[in-house]
Amino acid sequence: MHAGSAEADAAVADREGAGVSTNAIEVRNLNFFYGSFQGLKDINLDIIERKVTAFIGPSGCGKSTLLRTLNRMYDLYPGQRAEGQISFYGENILAADSDVNLLRSRIGMVFQKPTPFPMSIYENIAFGVRLYERLSKAEMDERVEWALSKAALWNEAKDKLNQSGLSLSGGQQQRLCIARSVAVKPSVVLLDEPTSALDPISTAKIEELINELKKEYTIAIVTHNMQQAARCSDFTAYMYLGELMEYGKTDELFIKPKRKETEDYITGRFG
Amino acid sequence: MSNAQFKSGSTMSKGVDRGLFNQRKRANAIGLSLSMIAMGIGMVFLFWILSVLLYKGFSAISPSLFLESTPAPGTEGGGLANPIVGSLMIVAACTFISTPIGILAGIYLSEYGGKSKFAEVTRFVTDIMLSAPSIVIGLFVYAIIVYQVKSFSGWAGTVALALIAIPVVVRTTENMLRLVPLTLREAAYALGAPKWKVALSITLTAAKSGVITGILLALARVSGETAPLLFTALNNQFFSTDMTSPMANLPVVIFQFAMSPYDNWVDLAWGGALLITFAVLGLNILARVVFREKVKV
Repeated sequence: MHAGSAEADAAVADREGAGVSTNAIEVRNLNFFYGSFQGLKDINLDIIERKVTAFIGPSGCGKSTLLRTLNRMYDLYPGQRAEGQISFYGENILAADSDVNLLRSRIGMVFQKPTPFPMSIYENIAFGVRLYERLSKAEMDERVEWALSKAALWNEAKDKLNQSGLSLSGGQQQRLCIARSVAVKPSVVLLDEPTSALDPISTAKIEELINELKKEYTIAIVTHNMQQAARCSDFTAYMYLGELMEYGKTDELFIKPKRKETEDYITGRFG
Repeated sequence: MSNAQFKSGSTMSKGVDRGLFNQRKRANAIGLSLSMIAMGIGMVFLFWILSVLLYKGFSAISPSLFLESTPAPGTEGGGLANPIVGSLMIVAACTFISTPIGILAGIYLSEYGGKSKFAEVTRFVTDIMLSAPSIVIGLFVYAIIVYQVKSFSGWAGTVALALIAIPVVVRTTENMLRLVPLTLREAAYALGAPKWKVALSITLTAAKSGVITGILLALARVSGETAPLLFTALNNQFFSTDMTSPMANLPVVIFQFAMSPYDNWVDLAWGGALLITFAVLGLNILARVVFREKVKV
C-alpha cells in the first residue's frame, strides 16, 4: 500500500516538475468502506485538468468504487462511507456540509449500461439543464443541439427529438447519456466502463468522442479494456485489491511499467 | 391422451424399463385430467354466472334504464339514472382522493422509507387494510362520519371507498417503483438532481403504466363494493347530485331491488348487475392494455 502511494507521489512530483497543468481533483489518503469491508486502501492520486485518466485493474479491485467516491454516488447507499480527503479545485467534497447535488452537476457521470430516461430525446437533455438553469425555449433548443453535437449524435437524432430516448440503439443511447452529462456543463466527466455494453463501432465513436471532449473537460474513465486505456488516456492508474499499485503517464505505464504486477496485468499474464 | 402405446423392440424404446415408462405416462394422464377438471369447474361457474347475468340483464337494458330514475313501489317502468350517476360521482370522488394519497405514500415507502421502522409499520398496516372486510370499513366510516353529522351522505360513501382503494394503490405503486432499475435513479442523481425530483420525474415516469394499472384495479375493486356504501351513502329514491345527502348507487340499489317483491325492480337489479359487471370488466381490460404499453417500450 505504501509502495502504491509512493508511486503516486513520485508521479505527482514528476508532473509538477514538468510544469503540467492544474489538478482538477486531488485524492489524499482515501479509505472506503462497504460496511466493515474495506474497498479502497489509502489512495493518493491527482486527476489533471483537461486530461483523460484511466483506471484499470481486475474486477473488484475498486476502480468503480474510486470513481463513485469522486461524485459521492456512494452517498445513496447507507453503510458505505469514505474517509480521507478529495479536493475538487481545492474544496473538500467529502466534507459533510458539501452539497452533493451541486457537486454532481459539476462532476458528471456516465454508466456502464445506457440509461436513457423514459422521456423524449429532447427532454432527456433538458432534464439536467433545467435543474440548475432557467433558459428560454430558444436557448434550450440551442443547448440541446449543442450537447447532441458534442456527443456526435445530432445528425442521427435531429429529426426525432420528440421520440423516446429508448427508441435509439444501444450505442446511440450511450451517446445520449454522454450528451446529457455534457449539457449540464460540468468540469469533470466520469465514465464507468462506458463502452462495455457496446459493439466495436459504437465503441470507436465513443472513444473519438472522449478525445474530442478532453479539450474542454477533465475525464476519468474506468475500463476493462487495456487497449482502450492505451488508446484514449493520458494517465493510467492500475489498481489491485483496493490499492493503487501504479499511476503514471499512459505511455510509460504501458511500455515500461515500474512494477512487476502491473506488467503481468497489462500483458495478460495476471493470476 | 397416451397415443404412443409402448412398442417393444423399436429403436426409440431401446433399454427403457417398460413398466416404469407406462407408470409415468399414467401418472401424467391422471395429473392432467385432474387439473383439467379443476379448470372446468372454475370456468363452468364463471360462464354460468355470466350467461344468467346476460340473459336476465339484457332484457332490462333500454334507453329508459339510463334516462329514468328508480321507480316508487308499485309503479311501472323506471330506470337506474340516479344510481348510475351516483355511483359515477362517488367513484370519481374516491379516485381523486385515493390516487394522490396512494401514490405519495407508495413513493414514500419505495424511495424514502426503506427499512425504517415507520415504513415497516406503514407497510404492515397497509397489508392489513388490503384484506380488511369491507363491511368493517363501512361501519368505521358510519361511526366517524355518519353518526357524527347525523346524516348519510355521498361523501361518507366516498371516504369508505377511498379507504379500500388507498392500500391497493399504495402497494402497487411501491412495487412498481421498486421494479425501476437503480441505474436509472443513479443516472438522474449523477446530473445533480435532488431526491424528490428523481422520484417524481424519473422513477415515477418510468413506472407510470404500472402505477396507472394499480389505480384502475383499485377502481375496479371499489366500484362493486356494496357493504361500505350500505352504512354511508345509503340510497336515494330520487335523482340527486348533492354529495352531502344520501345518494343512490348501483351496488346498494341492486342489493335492495333484487330482494324486492316487484318484478320491475328485480329486472332493474339484473340490469344494474350487468352494467357493473361490464364496467369492472372494462376497467380490467383497460388495466391490461395500459400495462402492456410498458412492455412495448
